[in-house]
Amino acid sequence: MNEPLITARSLVKKFGDLVAVDEIDFDVEQGEAFGFLGPNGAGKTSSMRMIGCVSPTTSGRLEIFGLSPTADGRAIRARIGVVPQMDQLDNELTVLENLVIYARYFDIPRDVARARAAELLEFVQLTERKDDTVDPLSGGQKRRVSIARSLISEPELMLLDEPTTGLDPQARHVLWDRLYQLKERGATLVLTTHYMDEAEQLCDRLVVMNGGKIVAEGSPRNLITTYATREVLEMRFGRGHNEEHVSEVSQVGERVEILPDRLLVYAHDGEGALATLRERNIIPESALVRRSSLEDVFLRLTGRTLVD
Amino acid sequence: MTAPAATERISIATRIIPAVLFDVRRPQRLVERSLVVTRRGWLMVVSGFFEPLFYLLSIRVGLSALVGDVAVGGDLVPYDEFVAPGLMAASAMNGAVFDSTMNVFHKWKQARLYDSLLATPMSAGDIAVGEVTWAVIRGLLYSTAFLATMLVLGMVGSLWMVLSIGACVLIGFAFAAVGMACTTFARSWADFDYLPAVTLPLFLFSATFYPPSSYGDWSWVVQLSPLYHGVALIRAANVGEFSASVIVNIAVLVGLALVGIAVTARRIEKLLLT
Repeated sequence: MNEPLITARSLVKKFGDLVAVDEIDFDVEQGEAFGFLGPNGAGKTSSMRMIGCVSPTTSGRLEIFGLSPTADGRAIRARIGVVPQMDQLDNELTVLENLVIYARYFDIPRDVARARAAELLEFVQLTERKDDTVDPLSGGQKRRVSIARSLISEPELMLLDEPTTGLDPQARHVLWDRLYQLKERGATLVLTTHYMDEAEQLCDRLVVMNGGKIVAEGSPRNLITTYATREVLEMRFGRGHNEEHVSEVSQVGERVEILPDRLLVYAHDGEGALATLRERNIIPESALVRRSSLEDVFLRLTGRTLVD
Repeated sequence: MTAPAATERISIATRIIPAVLFDVRRPQRLVERSLVVTRRGWLMVVSGFFEPLFYLLSIRVGLSALVGDVAVGGDLVPYDEFVAPGLMAASAMNGAVFDSTMNVFHKWKQARLYDSLLATPMSAGDIAVGEVTWAVIRGLLYSTAFLATMLVLGMVGSLWMVLSIGACVLIGFAFAAVGMACTTFARSWADFDYLPAVTLPLFLFSATFYPPSSYGDWSWVVQLSPLYHGVALIRAANVGEFSASVIVNIAVLVGLALVGIAVTARRIEKLLLT
């Protein structure tokens, strides 16, 4: 049995009085794509920075590759690739130089660095921009340079902090595709996100974080079956009229969530529930039946929506 | 097993030299980056060669004739030969301060270069030593140009003057290290408005333009200026006469360099590794 790549036990991070990460436990296995899902301020980035050995732990145990960040930070950082939330590309260098110089920080010989850089630029489809400075690149392109840069040291573990935040849908899909390819090649990915679809697409397993704590853990599918029903019926009765219908509506589903603009009814059969309501002459302004998602899991666990 | 004597030696060393300095492995990688960046901005580097020429010509053309000879040690030297070492030291200081303040602040706050470096196997110590070393290398280039200009204008008084390059390296090291350390305390660009308030008095009152004896009873104050110790070194080299005070001059500059680098590395750790 392989040792997990990352082990965290009772891990705590405090900034003064603020508890950013509050006694969390998790393991990340070799070759898996592991996600931290949660709203802003949930403690995702703090956890990532501790794993990346750029933030000392306050208490608890954290091991990466079986090493301790305090004693072996340099050795651990040599084996991980980091894609930060804000691209921290070197604006004084070209795209190609960004990769080659970054490789030099890892003591990689120059000719090896050049060969890898050429390959990686091909991989992220930026070969024709290699001699441009990074400033004029679009957000999606910059993020791709960041990913290529993080791969130049052939890391055993990749840390991606909100890899697609702020990108347009098209750029997101290109990025997901690249990350998916990395996964297929056996890379271990740890990523944070506050997008359900991203977590569902990329993560084999994830933890849901809220207020510094892990509130649930499992595969996306698993979490959905555990914490939500198969389908969700969304209904709008118009502003201020949603609450009046809660008691009637709750008779046709397992659970009801009241949001400012709509009611969510968790039911095995959404269409059936809607039909029953119509028979009872309860007609919403609009109604929609969809499959349940991680968003619903999150709502159930924390009582709030993810993207606020 | 480590021999007890060796452990003892290490513990004494760590008491004197801060631990961050032991975590310096590959500062040359950051120097390499600076070289690549500078390759594109080479014109700016060339402009640095004009500075000594203008300095020295201005002294040669006017002041020298007005002032006459000045006593250095036991000798009388022409004024331009007296001032040139002072200007050489000042130019080494200015270059180092410029590189280690504004340039570093930009890389720190605007470009977030050090954040991305710390995610790699580079350490805070590597960054401190790497940046200071780069400032020294650039300074070395300018000092050599300065010396060459002095030679052409006939202001070099002794063959010992080759040692002035070493003195400039020390000045560069001390001022770049202290400059970078101070930069880590800067909150915004506005803080750099105070910079001339420090460098200008140093430039004017470090026995650059007249010997410390001109200050009479207050000449000891001049000794407090780090630049004075650089000026003294180069002036000694230019007349080729060294006294025991040279050791003090060197010690002051080396001390400042070490303290500056240690403070810088600590501050980088404290501010960026949170």
